[in-house]
Parts: sequence; C-alpha cells; structure tokens
Amino acid sequence: MFSKALKGVALAALIAGAGMTTAHNAAAGEGNITVTYKDDVSTLDPAIGYDWQNWSMIKSLFDGLMDYEPGTTTLKPDLATGYTVSDDGLTYTFTLRKGVKFHNGREFKASDVKYTLERVVNPKTQSPGAGFFETIKGFAEESAGETESLSGVEVVDDYTVKFTLSQPDAAFLHKMALNFAHIVPKEEVEKWGQDFGKHPVGTGAFALEDWTLGQHLIFKANPDYHIAGIPKLDTITVEVGQEPVVALLRLQRGEVDIAGDGIPPAKFLEVMNDPEYKDLVVSGEQLHTGYITLNTNIPPFDNVKVRQAVNMAVNKDRIVRVINGRAVPANQPLPPLMPGYNTDYKGYAFDPEKAKSLLAEAGFADGVETTLFVANTDPQPRIAQAIQQDLSAIGMKVEIKSLAQANVIAAGGEADQAPMIWSGGMAWIADFPDPSNFYGPILGCGGAVPGGWNWSWYCNEELDAEASKADALADPSQADTRIDMWRDIFTKVMADAPWVPVFNEQRYTIRSPRLVADDAILVDPVHIPVHYDYIAVK
Amino acid sequence: MIAYILRRLVQAILILLGVSIVTYALLYMLPADPARQIAGRSATAETVANIREQLGLNLPFYEQYLRYLGNLLTGDFGRSYLQKTEVGELIAARLPATLLLMAGAIFCELLFGLTAGAIGAIKRNTPLDRGLMVASFVGVSAPQFVVGILMLYLFAVVLGWFPIGGYGTFAHLVLPSVSMGFLGAGWYSRMMRSSMLDVLRQDYVRTARAKGLGRARVFFVHAFPNALLPIIAMIGIDIGMFMSGIVVVESVFGWPGIGQLAWQAIQRVDIPIIMGVTLVSACAIVLGNLLADLVAPFIDPRIKLR
Repeated sequence: MFSKALKGVALAALIAGAGMTTAHNAAAGEGNITVTYKDDVSTLDPAIGYDWQNWSMIKSLFDGLMDYEPGTTTLKPDLATGYTVSDDGLTYTFTLRKGVKFHNGREFKASDVKYTLERVVNPKTQSPGAGFFETIKGFAEESAGETESLSGVEVVDDYTVKFTLSQPDAAFLHKMALNFAHIVPKEEVEKWGQDFGKHPVGTGAFALEDWTLGQHLIFKANPDYHIAGIPKLDTITVEVGQEPVVALLRLQRGEVDIAGDGIPPAKFLEVMNDPEYKDLVVSGEQLHTGYITLNTNIPPFDNVKVRQAVNMAVNKDRIVRVINGRAVPANQPLPPLMPGYNTDYKGYAFDPEKAKSLLAEAGFADGVETTLFVANTDPQPRIAQAIQQDLSAIGMKVEIKSLAQANVIAAGGEADQAPMIWSGGMAWIADFPDPSNFYGPILGCGGAVPGGWNWSWYCNEELDAEASKADALADPSQADTRIDMWRDIFTKVMADAPWVPVFNEQRYTIRSPRLVADDAILVDPVHIPVHYDYIAVK
Repeated sequence: MIAYILRRLVQAILILLGVSIVTYALLYMLPADPARQIAGRSATAETVANIREQLGLNLPFYEQYLRYLGNLLTGDFGRSYLQKTEVGELIAARLPATLLLMAGAIFCELLFGLTAGAIGAIKRNTPLDRGLMVASFVGVSAPQFVVGILMLYLFAVVLGWFPIGGYGTFAHLVLPSVSMGFLGAGWYSRMMRSSMLDVLRQDYVRTARAKGLGRARVFFVHAFPNALLPIIAMIGIDIGMFMSGIVVVESVFGWPGIGQLAWQAIQRVDIPIIMGVTLVSACAIVLGNLLADLVAPFIDPRIKLR
C-alpha cells in the first residue's frame, strides 16, 4: 500500500481518489479547519517539543523511520520501507524510502538519520528525550560530551542505515517512532539555530506556512508527501489564546472545528446531555493511569500493610463520579489499552472494614496522620478531598497540600518530601505503547532518584532484574513471552502496593459537524487531540 | 527642568533595578526547578545536570542575577524556558496588541467617565446624577473578570453583536476595551464630578456668567479644561492599573497581548518570560508617571517642576 513515493501528482491523485469514499481531486487535500488552544504552541522542534499540544503537530510536520497505523498502536515502517534485526537483537538495519523530500525540496538520505540521532543525544541540544536512546552504542560517550558523533548509527549507503545497540532493547522500534527520532535536515537546523522550533522543516504531511506569535499558526499540505492521498486537508489554522469555554461556544457557532483543549470540565455534562452536540463528541481510550503514590521511604507508608489498606480504602467509583464519569476505575498500573494489561487481575476491592483491620495490624489502630500533595487546578483538589474523606473513614487523618504543578513535581522528586501525591494533571501518559514505558521511570529503581518521577521511591531490585530480562527479548518471535513477563511484573508490583491506581482517563474530542474522519482518528492513541493527516472536511 | 528630568530618570532606573532584584529573588526562591522542568519527565539525571549548568542555574543567586542584568543591558531578555524563543521577540510580538487595547481602554474610560462626571456635576443631586454615581460605584467595585465574562456572554454570545474573543478587527477591540475602561470610568466620573463642582464654584466662573456668557460656553471653555487637570495626572497612574487589568481581560477575551503571555508564563513557571513582562510593565508604569508629571505644566502653567 505504501509504495515508493509517486512523482506524478496526477497519478497520486488517481490512486488516492480510487481508494477513498469521499470525492477528492488532488494529492494535497482541500479545505481548511480551525483548531483552538488556550496556550501558545511552545516549540515545533521534534528534539525539544514534549507536551501534548505540540506532540501531534510535530508528528504532522516530521516523520520517523517508524510510525503507527493511524488510529491504532500497531507499529509500521514510515520513512523506512523495512528493517531487519540481527539474531542477538543488537543490530537493526533499516532500508530507507527513496524519493522522500523535505519541505525545502531536498531528498531525505541516510545521513539525515545519523545527524538527527546525534543531534538529539548531544547535550547541547538539551533534548528531554535524549535518554530514550541510551541503548544505542556510543550514547554514553556523546552524552558525556566526549564526542559529537554516535558510533552506533552507521550510514551504509544513501538508503541504508544500521543501528548497533549496546544491549538488546525490545522497545527500540517504538523509540524510532517517537518524535525525538523524527528526521530533521541539517542545513535548516544550522540555518535557524535555536529558532529551528519556530521554523520547522521536515518531511511530514504538512509544512508550517505562517506563525504569528500569540495568535495563530497555519499548516499547509505538503504536495510531495510520501503517502498518496494524504493529507486530506489543504490547511490547518491553529488559533491560540482561546479559553476552552470560549472555544466551545465558537465551535457551537461553527467558527471552530476542533476544540484542542477538549470540553471544559464545567461544561461536560451540559454538552453530553445536549442532543445537538453529543453526537459531535467522540470518546476513546488513552494510555493514561491516574494514581496515588505512597512514598515507601516515609512512615507510615514504609509498611506494606498500610499501603494495601489505602488501596482498599479509596472509593474509585466515587472519584470517577467526581469527574463526571470521564474515566474508568483502575486496579493496576497499566491502562487497558496497553499490551500486558492483566485482565484476570482484580486488584484490591473497595473494603473499608478490611482496610481498617490491616491498619490495626500495622500498629495504627488509633489512626495516623499524613499529607497528600496535589496540583491546584480543578478538578484535582476535589479529587484529593474525596481521597481525604475515604481515608478518614479508616482512621487516617490526611492534610491536603495543594500547590502549583511544578512544585508538586519538585516535591515528588525528593526522597523525604511528599508522603502521598495524587498524580492528577501530572499522571503518566505513555510515550509509546509498550509496558516498559510504564515501569522504568515511575516504578523502577532508576526513577527513584532526586528529580525522578518514581514518587513512591519504590525500588524492588528483583523486579528490576526481571524487567531487564524482559526487555532483552528483542526478537519479534519472543514478543508474546515478553509481554507475559511484563504482565507478571506489574502484578507483582501491586502486591507491594506502592501506588493506588485510581482511574484510566478517557479522551473526549469535540469536533464540528463538517469534519469527517473515522472515530479512531479523532481519538488516535498516539496523536492528541486528533491525527491531523487523516481528517477531512465535507 | 532638565535637572528635574535627569533626577527622575535616575529614580526610574533605581526603581527598575529594585523591581528586577525583588522579582528575580522571588522567582529564585520558588521550589520548582527550571532545569527539571525543561528536561521533562523522561530525562536522566545527567541531562538535568547538564541543562542546569548550561543555563547557569547552579551558580549562586547573586551571580545568576548579575549575569541576567548584564544580558539585560545588551537588550537580551534571555530565552523562554519552555517556548525556547527569545523573550524580547515574544514581548515585541505582543506589545502592539496590548498598546492598542490600552488606547481603547483609555478612550472608553475618558468617554464614559468624563461624560458621566460632567453630567453629574451639572445635574447634581438629581436622580440622573445619583444613577450615574451608583453606576460608577459598580464600575469601580466589579472585578474585571466578571465584567468581561458578562459582556462577552451578553453582547457576543446572546446578542451576537461582537465576535466571541480574538483579535484582528475593530469589532474585536470593542468589548475588551469597554471591560478594561469600565473600572477607570468609575474613578473618572467621580473625580470629574467633584473636580467640576469645585471649578463651578470658583469666582471666575461666576464672573464669566456675570459677563453674560452662555452656560454652554462657560462650561466648555472656562470650567471643563480646569476640571480636567487632576484627571490628566490620573491617566499616567492608570497605565499602572492597566498592567494588572490586562492579565485578566486579555485572558478572558483571548487578546494576544503581554498580559496573556504573563498569565501563561506564570502557570508554567517560565521564569524568563515572567521577568521580562514584569520589567516591561514596571517600565511602563514609571514612564507613565513621569509623562504625567512632565505634561502637567504645559496644561496648567501654575505647576512648576523642581
């Protein structure tokens, strides 16, 4: 289906037209949509951008060697046409797609892959994603500043690139699909320097046409895009500085096609109960778990019985009601959409009586005092209050500390600061659909360091060893074994109960009636809020 | 005169220095670690350490501050932590929108305030006067976000006379300007009314009337300009008031000015932007006051600058 790039625009149009149900007459799509956001778009540099707002835009401007089938979490080659993995899982050889052009007209070559990876790993780039590539050989030398080249990436010829890893990494192909590994042209990065994020040039379905700071961005279809018939739109106008409530009103008036910040919590029930608008809302799952961390360094949570008691005391159904049912209760760290989710595991059932007796067994029959940290934006403090009530029912007196998000994150990263944190607003959303991403940084020993994200400071060396073993199973034929191992690891984590998994948030996208796309595209698990390349207008 | 301006300029520089030290110190004391914020949740400890060093965040406070000040003197506000763009560029891109909104707001408050005040003074102690003064009291007391949201709802959503927020045309300017001007209009009408009453009681007004001049002429040529004097000093001070107002009004109306920029930066603890906007605002306040003092003697020759 994704054959070599087609040079004749007419031919591309023909094929595109044949494959689609709606009328379509050019390779580069037609029509414009308006998307609104409250905040400015921060940067469109794929090495730097790491918030949910620019994530999907960067994906439309740039491409990686790997990507996902639209609307799914299934990997597929993108700028590569294929790859081979050596038996020991240490060498990946990608064959590159020929004839792919950057927005500046130059052809994409293997040297661009090498340059891109070297740039991301280079400490001067300050990329928040550099750490994902630590399994590539030469990573340590380059990140220490000893050299500016990455020995594990080798240009074999213009259309072949070979990666050598220092250890097997089953998530490597997912990492090649991350924005941080999206290919950038050296000449443009050098031309713009630190301002490349304002002047992005990639190979993606859209090119940035205009960016008026504080007002709007305009993305224009790339007529040379390597997938025929994509994108389906001609332009996308992103307007910034719009409050979500205002965006919703404008959407109802037909001035906006996608409210980028979603449906404001205060308006959620009103919209869902309105026959005119509820059909415009599409809901879907995402790779998200909201949880309470119980700091295993700080009494009383150094006692596993207390942690288990808290797990039984929190009424998750009620918390879901607090947020108008925009989530489903969770019983384990992994979200249901993630491979490795344990459908047989039932978790800790809500049972305040049993929780009380566990607390008594732990020596806190007369109750205990502790503190719950929470971000100060709605609805997080309300959820914290629900938790506070649930815990007071079993004799735990919880003081709520509601702070700016950055300050909660800072407290979580210190070993002795935050006994409990409600993760709302800062909860883990997977970077890529692989269970390993839900372990290392947030439950593994590697994350239990100052400034880390393992706010439970949970470090189980046995499980860490099992995790390394699982991730060494890089051969595709071992994929099922590996997922089984991960399922087992997360089930064992729950026995130690460093977290209270509370809910998995659902996604709700509201769009204008004229916007056409499969529901899966509108709640794409990788592209938030939508997969811009695959939406069209009537 | 020149000595006076120089002295005021020196004062202004000292004030700005003070503002910069206090703001910088407050932001420095925040428990949020900028390096960790830039590095993101997937960064290794080395990445965080490396960013901290590149940004000079591991230096002692005074060194960081002096470094910032040094860059500032060359016109370099630094780069936004999260947007990665030069703060100077971000502010420059948004300043015109804020200046336009301020001009609109000053126009609105003068138009409503002076008219209401003058009418109140002429028709003093009538129901019209009382009604206007109650309205100004509401204007002074109502929080701007309430006024803004109510106006947005009534005139844009329900009646559809104006666009629902945004920027670009004259129609976009009306509601935010009126929301901003509403507060000032309340002050101005009360000040104008009492100032006008004072002037109307002066001997020269009585003389003018006694000469046989018409009410309207006495009012507009003799009384009104004199009653304006205290108001002009107010406009300079107003610029400072606006600086707090624009944060609210710009956010409500999606107006792409520096107030909105500041609000976003505060929520994300983007320190270089917060510093930049604070300094630019402080500049505006200082200059506004200076200007008001400098203009006063031209309007009223009785005032002498020393």
